[in-house]
Amino acid sequence: MTSQLEVENLQAGYDDLQVLNEVSFSLQPGQIGCMLGPSGCGKTTVLRAIAGFEPAWNGRILIDDIEVSSRQLNLPPEQRNIGMVFQDFALFPHLRVEDNIRFGLREMPRREQQSRIQEMLAMVGMLAYARAYPHQLSGGQQQRIALARALAPAPGILLLDEPFSNMDVDLREQLAREVRNILKQENNTAILVTHDQHEAFAMADQICVMNEGSILQQGSGYDLYHRPANRFVADFIGQGVIIPATVESPTTVKTDLGLIRGKHKIDAESGTIVDVLIRPDDIVHDDESTESAIVVEKAFRGADFLYFLRLDSGIEVMCLAPSHHNHKINERIGIRLNVDHLVTYSRN
Amino acid sequence: MQRLWKPGIFLVAVLFSLPIFTILSFVVYPSSEIWRHLTDTVLGEYLVNSALLMLGVGIGTLIIGVGCAWLTSVCVFPGKKFFTWGLLLPLAFPGYIIAYTYTGMFDFAGPLQTWIRQVTGWGVHEYYFPQVRSLGGAMTMFSLVLYPYVYLLSRAAFLEQSVCVLEVSRTLGCSVWSSFYRVALPLARPAIVAGLSLALMETLADYGTVSYFGLGVFTTGIFRTWFGLGDAAAAAKLAAILLMFVFTLVVIERGSRKRAQYHHTTNRYSALPQYRLNGYRACLAFCACFVPLLLGFLLPVVQLGLWALETYDYMVDKSFIALTTHTILLALSAALIAVVLALFLAYGKRMLKSKTVTASIRVVATGYAIPGTVVAVGVIIPFAWLDGSLDSLLREYFGVSSGLLLSGSLFALMFAYMVRFLAISIQAVESGLGKVKFSMDEAARSLSYTPTEILMKVHLPLMKGTVLTAFLIVFVDVMKELPATLILRPFNFNTLAVRAFELAADERLADSSTAALMIVVVGLLPVILLSHSISASRVGS
Repeated sequence: MTSQLEVENLQAGYDDLQVLNEVSFSLQPGQIGCMLGPSGCGKTTVLRAIAGFEPAWNGRILIDDIEVSSRQLNLPPEQRNIGMVFQDFALFPHLRVEDNIRFGLREMPRREQQSRIQEMLAMVGMLAYARAYPHQLSGGQQQRIALARALAPAPGILLLDEPFSNMDVDLREQLAREVRNILKQENNTAILVTHDQHEAFAMADQICVMNEGSILQQGSGYDLYHRPANRFVADFIGQGVIIPATVESPTTVKTDLGLIRGKHKIDAESGTIVDVLIRPDDIVHDDESTESAIVVEKAFRGADFLYFLRLDSGIEVMCLAPSHHNHKINERIGIRLNVDHLVTYSRN
Repeated sequence: MQRLWKPGIFLVAVLFSLPIFTILSFVVYPSSEIWRHLTDTVLGEYLVNSALLMLGVGIGTLIIGVGCAWLTSVCVFPGKKFFTWGLLLPLAFPGYIIAYTYTGMFDFAGPLQTWIRQVTGWGVHEYYFPQVRSLGGAMTMFSLVLYPYVYLLSRAAFLEQSVCVLEVSRTLGCSVWSSFYRVALPLARPAIVAGLSLALMETLADYGTVSYFGLGVFTTGIFRTWFGLGDAAAAAKLAAILLMFVFTLVVIERGSRKRAQYHHTTNRYSALPQYRLNGYRACLAFCACFVPLLLGFLLPVVQLGLWALETYDYMVDKSFIALTTHTILLALSAALIAVVLALFLAYGKRMLKSKTVTASIRVVATGYAIPGTVVAVGVIIPFAWLDGSLDSLLREYFGVSSGLLLSGSLFALMFAYMVRFLAISIQAVESGLGKVKFSMDEAARSLSYTPTEILMKVHLPLMKGTVLTAFLIVFVDVMKELPATLILRPFNFNTLAVRAFELAADERLADSSTAALMIVVVGLLPVILLSHSISASRVGS
C-alpha cells in the first residue's frame, strides 16, 4: 500500500540552528495525522518543510510517492499539490469570500469554478456569505473559509498550522470535530499541528508527540494516554502522578496502594524498585474499600471532581470521582485501585 | 537579484545620510574667525530665541491640540462631527504663508487697523496694537498651524484608551473632569509628547516665517552666515548645533511612541462614553474648537482669496502657469522617486530580515526631522567638493572644465528632497506592507501561485492605497518646501513656494496670494485623506 505522505529521517532548521532531528512518519490516504508538542518542539518546522517553505537539510519527504524535499531538492510550494490553513487564516482582505476560494482554482473553466465554490461553501455551511469580505466574518467563520479555500483545489494533502489557536476555548473542540467530519467526508489526507491534546484527540487518527525536534511516540490518542512510551509523553498527555513500586513478578508490582497486575512483561528484575504512572482514573472512589486517603485539595469540573489525595505513607495521588461524591478537604475517603494499563519506568 | 538587494540598501542609506554626517563632522572642524565672532555676538540670541519659540509653540499647541482632542473624542456638542476632521484643516498651511497673511491683515495699513482707526477716529501712535512680526507673533502663527499634530496623536490616544479604565476611575470616585486629569491625560502622555515633538521639529525647521519676521534663530543664522558672511564652515557648525536640538526631539519622539504601546492595558474596547454638553457648556466647547479653526484656516483663506481676486488679473499670466507646471512636475518626480526607493527599501527589509538592513533604513528615516536648511547645507558641501575635484581633474588631464555639474543642478535639489522626504514614503509603504502578512504569501504559494504572481495579485491590490498616500504626501511636502529649494534650485528655476516667499519679502503680500493659495489648495489633499481615515476608523470596532 502506498502512503500519501512519507517523511524519512528529516532534518531541518533555521540559519545555523538545527531544529529537527531525524523525524520519520507516514500517513495513509484519508488519514489525519497530528504533530503534538510544546511550543518550540519543532512541530511547525515539520509542517513548513512538508509545505516547502523550509528546505530539508537531510532526509526526504515524499508526497504521493513523488519526492518533493531532500538534501538536493526543494520543490517550490506551488508545485507540491498541498493545501494549507494558517494560524491567522491569511484570508486575502481585498477579496470577497468567493474570490478567496476562487484564488486557487484559476486552472478551472469559469463555470466549474462557480460550482466548485458553491460546493465548498455548502460543505463548510457558509453559502450565505459568498459575497462577504473577510473582515465581516467572525473568527470561526474565517476559519471555515480558510478551510474551504485550502480544500477547493483538491490538494493531495492538507496542512493545518495551529488552526484553532485563535478561537475561543469552548469552540476549539467543537470546530476540531467539525473539521474532522468535513475531511473524512471528502476522504482528505491531512496533517495538523497543535499544542493542545484535546484538539489532537478530537481530530487525528494518528498523533506524533514531539519534543526537542524528535518524535517521541506515535499512535492513537488512546495509546498515548494509556501506554505512554516515556516520562515526557506521560507528563505531557493527560494528568497523573508517578509513585514508587517494587517489582514482584514479571507482570506485577507492589505499591502503597496494593498490587498492580499488568498485561505485559515488565522490563526489570524482581525486587527492583521502579516508577509507576497512576492516572486519576486509575483510582476509584469507593466508600466500601479498606484503603483510604485524606483529601488535600479538590477541583470541581462539572460532571466530576478531581481529588488530590494523600496516602498514609505521605504519597499523593489523584482521583476522579463522580460529581455527586462531594467530600470536604481533610476528610478521609475510601479508594480502590483499578489499573487497566500498568505503565512502569525504570529509575536511574 | 536578491544578492544585489542588501548592498543596494546600504548604498541608499549611505548616500542619503551623507548630508547628516557631513554636518555632524563640522562639530569637530577647527573654528574660524567668523565662528568666534558668531559665538561672541549672535549665538546666544539664536539659542534664546529658539528656546523661547519652542516654549511658546509647545504651550500653544498643547492647549489647543489636547483640549480639542478631548472635546471631540468624549463630548457631544453641536458641530462635533465637523470639528473632528475640520480641526485638521490648518495643516494645509505652511507656516510662512499664514505669517504673510496675518502680517497683511494686521499691519498698520491692513484692513483691521484701518477699520479701528475709522471707527474710533484715533490717529497714528495713539493706540496700542500688537506687532505680528515679533517673537510672540511667530509663536502664535506656529501654534495655529502646528496644533493638528498634537491634536491628531492625542485624539488617537484618547480613542484607544479602554473605556474600562475610565469607568474604573469613575467607580473609584473621580468625576468626569478629574478622570480626565488623573487617568486619560497620563495614559495619553506618550502620544501627546510624540505629537508635540513633531510640532517642535517643524518649528525648528521653519525658515520662511522667522526670516520674514526678522527673528534671529538657527535657520536664519545659517542663511546669514553662509550668504552674508560667506563662511560655509561656520554655517555648517550652526547647522550641527541645530541638529543636536532636532536629534533630542527625535529621541524623545521615538521613545514616547515606544512607550505608548505599553500603555494599552487591555484589548477590550467599546464605544467611548459620550458626555452630552448643554447650554453654555456646549457653547463654550463649540467656541473652543471653532476659534483655532477660524484663526488657523478660515480667516487666512478668506484673506488670501480676497487678495487673489484683486490681483489675479495681472498675476496669473503665462509665466505663472509655467511656474505652476514646473512646481507640479518637480513635485511629481520627487514623489515618484521617493515611492520607488521606499518600495525598494521596504521590500528589502521584509525579505532580508537583517538587523543591519533595518538599522540602515532607520538612519535614512531620520531625515524627516532635519530642517531643510540643514539638508541644503549638508548636500551642497559634498557636492561642491565633488564638482571642484572633478573640474580640476578634467582640467588637468583634458583641458576642459566641467563647471558646476552637480551642485547647481536639479539633481542636487532632488537629492535634498529625498534626504528630507524619503522617511515619509518609507513609513507609509512599510505600514502598507505590514498589512500583507507573511502567511498570505505562503497561502498564495500553497494555492500554486509563483512569487511574481503573488506580487501582482496580492501585494499590489493591498498596497495600492498606502503607496498612493505616500506619493501624495511627498508631492505636497515638496510643493510646500521652502529653504532647501531656495538654496539649491538651479539658476532661474522657481517653485510656487519660492515665488510666494520672494514676493512677500518684497512686501508684495497681495501679489503673493495666488501662489500661496495654490499651495494651500494642494496642501488640502492629504488633509482630506487624513480626515477621511480619521472618521472611518475607530480602534477595536
